[in-house]
Amino acid sequence: MSVLPAAVQSFSPGAEPVRKGRIRINDVVKIYGADDTGILAVDHCTFEVPPGEITVVVGPSGCGKTTLLNAIAGFHSISSGSIYLDDQMLCGPGKLKAQPGPDRIVVFQNGALFPWKTNIENVTFGPIMQGAMSSAEAYDKARDMMADAGLRDVEHNYPGEISSGVRRRVEIVRALMNNPKILLLDEPYRALDSLTKSVMHEALLEIFYKNRVSIFFITHDLEEAIFLGHRVVIMTTRPCRPKKILDIDIPHPRDYSVLTAKRFREFMDETVAAVHEEAIKAFAAGEKER
Amino acid sequence: MVANTRNLTSLALALHRVSLWLKSSRPYLMLIGFAGFLGFWYLSVEVWKLPRFSEMPGPTQVVREWFSKDPTYGLSIFVPEYYMHIWVSTRRILIAFFLATAIGVPLGLFLGWSERFKQFVFPVFELLRPVPPLAWVPLAIVMFRGSETPVIFLTFLASFYATALNTMLGVESIDVSYIRAADCLGATRWQVFRHVIVPGAMPFIFTGLQISVGVAWFSLVAGEMVSGQYGLGYVINTSYTMVRYPTIIIGMVTLGIVGYVTSAAVRLVGDYLMQWRTRELALGGDR
Repeated sequence: MSVLPAAVQSFSPGAEPVRKGRIRINDVVKIYGADDTGILAVDHCTFEVPPGEITVVVGPSGCGKTTLLNAIAGFHSISSGSIYLDDQMLCGPGKLKAQPGPDRIVVFQNGALFPWKTNIENVTFGPIMQGAMSSAEAYDKARDMMADAGLRDVEHNYPGEISSGVRRRVEIVRALMNNPKILLLDEPYRALDSLTKSVMHEALLEIFYKNRVSIFFITHDLEEAIFLGHRVVIMTTRPCRPKKILDIDIPHPRDYSVLTAKRFREFMDETVAAVHEEAIKAFAAGEKER
Repeated sequence: MVANTRNLTSLALALHRVSLWLKSSRPYLMLIGFAGFLGFWYLSVEVWKLPRFSEMPGPTQVVREWFSKDPTYGLSIFVPEYYMHIWVSTRRILIAFFLATAIGVPLGLFLGWSERFKQFVFPVFELLRPVPPLAWVPLAIVMFRGSETPVIFLTFLASFYATALNTMLGVESIDVSYIRAADCLGATRWQVFRHVIVPGAMPFIFTGLQISVGVAWFSLVAGEMVSGQYGLGYVINTSYTMVRYPTIIIGMVTLGIVGYVTSAAVRLVGDYLMQWRTRELALGGDR
């Protein structure tokens, strides 16, 4: 954030060392449909996303981890329990659906840059819509942040003109423009090939080290989870509930050499059986539904 | 790829597309297609004199009449009345198309945007839509005085349905992620409408407008055949009753040309307003 001019910095509460962006999920239940006949998607789920760290939630596809993310973001209601962001209740008794807002920004599975706006128009969208900055201020800040993320050359391109990896980076910068307390990433690299993915992981870590924003990251890829996360939450298959919570003590900053480190392999060995077990259950459940 | 398109102006982009078009086989196949069609017409009417075609004017007769300074049946490119007919028809199209767009696009946007509004309006809309414009002719004549308004009303009707329906489908086609992203970024409901719904529906809106201008000509001619004293539909119909057969063909060919020009104009405006899409497509959509 040091690149920001002083005038802009006054808008950024994230400039001081981050101890904000703690998410507490308390006993959350989500049932789709009627209470007695509906589908139980999230079952008494309790865990914490520590501030200024990366928490990765791993689980088989369709296990209900996106349901949890949607509840935090405010796209869906929960059935009971509560979710707190720092001291503020996002949703809970009496208010089952959170209000979406720029303190928690989602980066979507398939990307959601507006294709009809240029990349820089996308990046300035948040502050201008909120009236938090004048157009000139927003463009100044956007130019700085994009340059910082290596996106200077694509400022005036449309998202459809750049590769999907670069699009993801623009989308993360668009989110960071709002000084969010937490970023919610919903399997953002799912559609990418493994080579592009490894580049994107390092780029994400680089952005994280610069901005120190809390990150809530959903994936079904265990290797990705252990590589990125301070904390990895392994979920059971539907209904989803934490099965195992690991604090990954591999020191940050990390780069790709971590993948061959002994400690990394130990974490993999420790968790791969648990994840595999859930994958088999999910597969069996899928067979039954058919 | 990025470096190639970053600094392209829309003019350069248009020229680029024209040169691609000329390099492809498309224009030449198109010419062969036209030649084949005209050749068939010429041979069957003027050379072989097939029985079904005996009353039909051949291409040479039509061309001679069309470009004659002193046309046998009274209508050629040198007669001011010819342009009067074109202008009257075009003016009716412009008025009807403008009204259909001004009413149809907002209606379609709200139909797609508000589930409740749709529940009120859409059933009525769906019941009226299958009624062909021709079936409206008597009511149009009863409702509106004079000969001009009924024709414009009939032209408007068909256009309006196509525009409103496609606009609604356009809104419904928008990926919910875009709306959620705008919510996350702190946009109000009205800002979402202005910055996500309207531009997101734009590709469908312009598809709708192209269909709309096409069906406008369709019902215009029907309307002009029934009522009116000017216009290309009127030319075709009176030439039939007065046995001026070459003039019928002149009217038809003129309709084809003017209709094509109006469609192309709508497409150009669409391309201009949707640079993002034009550029995506110009890159060959390989991502």
